[in-house]
Amino acid sequence: MLRFTLRRLGFVLLTFLIASLLIFSLTEILPGDVATMVLGRFAAPSALQNLRAKLGLDRPVYIQYISWLSNFVIGKWGVSISTNADVLGLVMHRLRNSGMLALVGCLIYIPPGIFLGIVAAFRRNKWLDQIISMTSLAFIGLPEFVTGVILIAIFAIKLRIFPASSAIDPGASFIKILPQLILPGITIALTNLAYVIRMTRSSTVEVLQTEYVRSAYLKGLRPGYVLRKHVLKNALLPTVTIIAISIAYLIGGLIITESLFSYPGVGRLLLFAISHRDLPLIQATSMLIVLIFSVSNFFADIIYAYLDPRIRYK
Amino acid sequence: MNGSSDEKSANEDIQVLQDQPKKLTIYWKRLKRQPFAVGGGIIFLFFLLMAIIGPLIVPYNYQAQDIANRLKPPSLAHFYGTDQYGRDVFSRIIVGSRGIFLLGGSGTLLAVIIGATLGLLSGYYGGLSDEVLMRLFDVLLSIPPILLALVLLVTIGPSKPGLILVVALLYLPIEARVMRSMVLSLKMKEFVEAAKIRGEKKLYIWFREILPNTLGSMLVEGSMRFSYAIFLVASLGFLGLGVQPPSPDWGLQINEARGWFSIAPWLLIFPAGTISLLIIAANLMTDGLRHVFYPIGGEI
Repeated sequence: MLRFTLRRLGFVLLTFLIASLLIFSLTEILPGDVATMVLGRFAAPSALQNLRAKLGLDRPVYIQYISWLSNFVIGKWGVSISTNADVLGLVMHRLRNSGMLALVGCLIYIPPGIFLGIVAAFRRNKWLDQIISMTSLAFIGLPEFVTGVILIAIFAIKLRIFPASSAIDPGASFIKILPQLILPGITIALTNLAYVIRMTRSSTVEVLQTEYVRSAYLKGLRPGYVLRKHVLKNALLPTVTIIAISIAYLIGGLIITESLFSYPGVGRLLLFAISHRDLPLIQATSMLIVLIFSVSNFFADIIYAYLDPRIRYK
Repeated sequence: MNGSSDEKSANEDIQVLQDQPKKLTIYWKRLKRQPFAVGGGIIFLFFLLMAIIGPLIVPYNYQAQDIANRLKPPSLAHFYGTDQYGRDVFSRIIVGSRGIFLLGGSGTLLAVIIGATLGLLSGYYGGLSDEVLMRLFDVLLSIPPILLALVLLVTIGPSKPGLILVVALLYLPIEARVMRSMVLSLKMKEFVEAAKIRGEKKLYIWFREILPNTLGSMLVEGSMRFSYAIFLVASLGFLGLGVQPPSPDWGLQINEARGWFSIAPWLLIFPAGTISLLIIAANLMTDGLRHVFYPIGGEI
């Protein structure tokens, strides 16, 4: 288990390193001269030279990369070009907001996802399963902006139950902003709900077809007992991983959902940074997203390996 | 000594092989048991046809503004109503479908071609370059696709070739991985060994022995990836980072329609409904294809 954990940890580090190289080269080197971008096309050459020296742009590229990366690791994320705010503080504040939204999303999709998946598996190929499977299949690929826009149209504009915008006050408490989190929460939950249903169904079907479940039924155990002791224990194993993976998906969904609902999270911050070509902010937010994504993938692997010893030896 | 009986059994084997129903017949039989998939496939093909010939037969020019008839609800003159500039929503959706198919389709095609080639070479030769390439792809796969797309677009700028490139780059690693895993198991099979012993050229082994056996999987993979590509292209359009106005991109239309919902809901309902229908149809079709090619289990 220790070897497995270390190997996976090494992979996370490798991912982080390559992603940082990618983000650095895409944002710093390719788009041209940062100094010209900040000061404008008609800036005096001496002013450009001064800014380059100040930003360290006159050094060789690999030195720039190393100093950039080490600054990132120790938390010196620089100052935002467009807002002059400290990037670390800005991003961390937004991270808290995104975390709250993700939490609401998870609460909306995980319990019903597992429940419906198991129900569909037990009613395999009956009409109830057909309905659940086909509906989830249909929802699995619907973009968040389509479901979100439809939800806003129905619940915010027509029925006026929830607010259409989730532009919350900074520092507002979780309970206070909860009504504003419901619609974006449902939006990010729907895609993942479908995914969790489908995966839970297929893993439960697999377990139901095994010899040991059949013999448990045949030796006369009560169905409820077989369900708890034989089926669920094994079927929920992959589900743990699926949930961890779906949280990684959630992060991608957050970018669009937050922008749709004007919710001040990390995803919307990234889009803001992109539209203002605010390089330090683009770098910090995208590095953070990569980090969260790969760490949640890491935990998915570790939990799975812990629950299912066979994986460790592969 | 018993050479003749061997010959006889070999002949019988050939007979058995010839008596087996053709692969296509089996696929057709399985397909007939998937009514949802057939329905999805028909809708999908209808969309494809619309993307090809639609722009030629639309009732209005998608850019033609008609201020006198702005924000008109659906009617016989304008099936899906008109937008804030008096443009015909129906025509804009149809012309927009071409963009979706063109960007998503050519991006996916590029990803499949390059990915499959890399996967084939990497899996067939193995070695250090295979190891390095696969690690690199694993890393790329563990970055959220939408993030990668956004960062790439910052650099190359939102243009049509840029979007195609982004789609191709995003989906190339997964295609390569799928291809490689199939090649790894296929190259150990007897018929490939036999072809090698017969002294066949590498190109023959690749194109006649290995690739035909991967077609089904690549078709399923490719069509699944294509529905993701539609998702991605439309999402980027919605964010304003894809195709730029006044293009009739679906995501862009939905974004512009948000502000008009309370007075002109049709501006939102029809593009949102259309893209949902296309994605649902593509999903049903892909799921059906998977059942046709892999009847057992068959769920990923």
